Amino acid sequence: MSAPWKGVLRLAWRESRNTRRRLLLFMSAISAGVAALVAIDSYAGNVTRSVRAQARTLLGADVRLSSREGPTAGVDTLLDSLRASGIDVARVTTFLSMAAGPAPDATRLAQVRGVEPGFPYYGDIITEPAAAWSSLHEGRNALADPALLLSLGATVGDSVRLGELSFRIVGAVESVPGEPEFSAMFAPRLFIPYRYVEETGLLTFGSRADHDAMLRLPAGTDGEAFEEALESRFDTLNLRSTTVDDTRRSLTRGVDELRRFLGIVGLVALLLGGIGVASAIHAFVTEKRPTAAVLRCLGATSRQVLAIYVTEAALMGLAGALVGALAGIALQYALPRVIGGFVPVDVVPTLEPVAVLSGLAVGVLVATLFALEPLLALRRVSPLAAIRESAIGDRRSSVWRDPARLGALALLSGSVVLVAIERTGDWLEGLLMSLALAAAIGVLSVSAALLARGARAVLRERWPFVVRQGIANLYRPANQTRAVMLALGFGAFLLSTLYLVQVNVLRQLELGGEATRANLLLFDIQRDQVAGVEEVVRQGGAPVLQTVPVIPMRIVSVNGISPDDLTREERSWAHRREYRSSYRDTVTASETIVAGEWFTPDDSLEASGLYEVSLDQEIAEDLRVGVGDRITWDVQGVAIRTRITSVREVDFARFEPNFFAVFEPAALRDAPATFVVLTGLDSTSARARLQRAIVDRYSNVTAIDLALIQNTVGTVLRRVSVAVRFMAVFSLATGIIVLLGAIAASRRQRIREGVLLKTLGATRGQLRRILVAEYAILGALGSLTGMVLSIGGGWALTRFVFDMPFALATGPLLAIAAGMMALTLAIGLTSGRQVFSATPIEALRTA
Amino acid sequence: MLVARALTKSYDSAGHHLTVLRDVSFAVDDGAFLAIVGPSGSGKTTLLGLLAGLDTPTSGEVILDGAALTTLDEDARARLRAEKVGFVFQSFQLIPTLTAAENVAVPLELRGTAGATQTAREWLERVGLGDRTTHYPSQLSGGEQQRVAIARAFANAPRILFADEPTGNLDSATGGRIVELLESLNRESRTTIVLVTHDAALAARAGRMIRLHDGAVVSDSGVADPAAHAAAGSR
Repeated sequence: MSAPWKGVLRLAWRESRNTRRRLLLFMSAISAGVAALVAIDSYAGNVTRSVRAQARTLLGADVRLSSREGPTAGVDTLLDSLRASGIDVARVTTFLSMAAGPAPDATRLAQVRGVEPGFPYYGDIITEPAAAWSSLHEGRNALADPALLLSLGATVGDSVRLGELSFRIVGAVESVPGEPEFSAMFAPRLFIPYRYVEETGLLTFGSRADHDAMLRLPAGTDGEAFEEALESRFDTLNLRSTTVDDTRRSLTRGVDELRRFLGIVGLVALLLGGIGVASAIHAFVTEKRPTAAVLRCLGATSRQVLAIYVTEAALMGLAGALVGALAGIALQYALPRVIGGFVPVDVVPTLEPVAVLSGLAVGVLVATLFALEPLLALRRVSPLAAIRESAIGDRRSSVWRDPARLGALALLSGSVVLVAIERTGDWLEGLLMSLALAAAIGVLSVSAALLARGARAVLRERWPFVVRQGIANLYRPANQTRAVMLALGFGAFLLSTLYLVQVNVLRQLELGGEATRANLLLFDIQRDQVAGVEEVVRQGGAPVLQTVPVIPMRIVSVNGISPDDLTREERSWAHRREYRSSYRDTVTASETIVAGEWFTPDDSLEASGLYEVSLDQEIAEDLRVGVGDRITWDVQGVAIRTRITSVREVDFARFEPNFFAVFEPAALRDAPATFVVLTGLDSTSARARLQRAIVDRYSNVTAIDLALIQNTVGTVLRRVSVAVRFMAVFSLATGIIVLLGAIAASRRQRIREGVLLKTLGATRGQLRRILVAEYAILGALGSLTGMVLSIGGGWALTRFVFDMPFALATGPLLAIAAGMMALTLAIGLTSGRQVFSATPIEALRTA
Repeated sequence: MLVARALTKSYDSAGHHLTVLRDVSFAVDDGAFLAIVGPSGSGKTTLLGLLAGLDTPTSGEVILDGAALTTLDEDARARLRAEKVGFVFQSFQLIPTLTAAENVAVPLELRGTAGATQTAREWLERVGLGDRTTHYPSQLSGGEQQRVAIARAFANAPRILFADEPTGNLDSATGGRIVELLESLNRESRTTIVLVTHDAALAARAGRMIRLHDGAVVSDSGVADPAAHAAAGSR
């Protein structure tokens, strides 16, 4: 470093002496954002580290083979040959069923897992009592989630009935490796020995079950290589294989998603802070002009002057970022409490240097770049201003004629876009996010400008002096209207958007039941049981709202081409999956035809052996087919040839059975089917009694209570929104700091003005009322603009991300706006204390 | 040392043309003590701004220690000031966030001179403020502040010192002592001094006096006929 630049550094440090505290306050606007980023990245780093270390435990095996079909001869042969070659195999079959407990009317949907001895090969299932897992296979024993025991009114030692069999509960399952807390909420787990699965009689025709085989490879065998060698055999048997590496990849992908989502919220807080920095620096620059003029007089080049203040800003930015990074490290320990339920691993918090350093770097970058553009004004301060005060006037030229300012703005927006792209991990998403952010900032800036201009226009002579003065503060020179509007508006925008989305999603779930009055769904009913089940339902005082046939099938060919003949790229899961389809001659309320026409009764197609089928829009896209294309289906060994005559948009959020493929009745009327019966009962206890009555007579029939789904989704949403709100708090914290900074930035001017007013006879009460008028208007407009923006944001998210209709919740939104306004007033008045307390003489002396 | 040739400065403001300085010419010798006097609005401060290169003339030129200021850009003029020019202002213009010693050190720091703080202390010693080095401007009286400003002006051993109403904000006794200080420093260090004031008594102490009125030189004690000198200057 050359000597003059060392001098500049020294001067910068000394010159900042009096303003350091204030600059630090401006710069701490970025602290919350940095804290959020550091906390999220550290936590994500911790989770990724833990996933890497625990991946084998999470899978419980080296390789897992999964299938939707029951054990076939081919699979049995494969598994026998694997066993013969020294590979350990344990089968696990998972299905939903009703478990009945000792308490009267006690039934609960359970996730039954029949496991063979040996499972899990890695990791431990923690039980209470501790040794219970090892005694599972000693008899007709079962281990259940505590939630299941609770709803069945059972304790260890009691028995639980599952289909035709009763099992003795030997313990409660505390945790299963690789399964986050939430995975068992909808249907709690019930472990039974594999050898009893068939005897329960629950897996009959059409039952849906996952059949897994867990493999432990001999030491030294590479899972990936093993998978590759046997891939074609797995393919022909319709087996999906998952290795430890797959598990690792899919889990870290999940963590990355979480990091991206929460990181965006952190970035928004950081940028919001940046805007606060920029606007506080504007006021700071005004105050520093005389000093800059003297420095210029004393021979400082404009570059040196700029360097002095940019150095000050960068140093304080570093300090602000450091504060943020420390807070972020502390928060990293709090995050597991908030989002731990979603994460399948035990997380050991450790310091993540990369996360901390990158948070610091982004923080300093944002602070310095946002400060740069306003600081450039100091470059143009004329040395003449030192001898002639009038020369101090603003010499800012239009930004379009000043390449340096254009450059600074380009550098700023370029960096923001780059950081956004880095955070989202996708350039298009990063660009869109930057644009959305710019749009929100634009709307808020425009409303701030309109407010300032409007204030000037509406001001009337006859209004009380304090009100006029307060309003005039909104447009006077070096006003902070824009900064406060942005900070408040953004805070209100984020909070209200989150609220609106949450309310709408929950409301939709409730409406889903109301539409059909259905709140209980009975499924896996065999053809010969339908009449009986309907009878039980009616005896329970409930209506049979719908009885819907369900037929399992697979695709044989699309337009004559077998999925086997497609390349890997052409083939999607939609070609391979098992379909559960139905037939009917009417369109339901949850469907809209988007292409073609619904089945027409007498059609020439049937004569040619072709039946009509209607596909869901998204499945049609995956299969790359449309109206007129032909699909042949394998329905229990019988080939059914169809032609697509319509494509439907289906609202799967509704509480009623919906299908990817719906056939005209003639096509499937005689095919083997199971049935779903939909009924509705208002009373919770009546619903419980009805479920018990069904399970007692038809143990293979499973019931899903709408209330159960609503509770589950509600709990998940509440947890998610706690996590999201946790992040929104950062934006709010930033908003408060920006507000404090804005007030501090104009402090000197305010004190001077307040003192002059006092000298001219204003009372402290009058001064206070001036501030109240100013901040009430700012607060009201800022939060209302944010609210209006949030209606747009909430609508877009509900409509396009959640695919649900949108409804407003005006009351709560107004409450949020009122809260924000009160907050503004409180902060404004608290920081205004100095204005009230300064005595005229002390200010006139320092003036 | 300093030559002004046919300096004219005019402004276009609010639609009308205003000439604040017209055809001002003179030359100042090395080590001289020149006073520029005139009533408010006579163009004194404008002239000072042009002479020190703080502003550019509408026409004419300024040659400062051999350098034609009009041919230099703003940053080059700043560098020239850092090396050769000292300033004393009416309102002292100390940087409020710096101590007395640090204020004096600023020009040295800007030039990257080693031992800036030490030199600054020595200068404060010379202006009689050796015990006030760590005080902030707000802790000093007006006279003390101006002495700090003078120490700052001399700290980088300037070839020329511009003083703009240096006693304007001081009582007459304090002002007198400030002028004495300037005089003695002028003698000791042979620094050329250009003093702008509307105080005739103060101006009388300078070796030469130029009187301005309405932007034009009306008398110059250094030459018998200012008009003839102006003609010579613009040669």
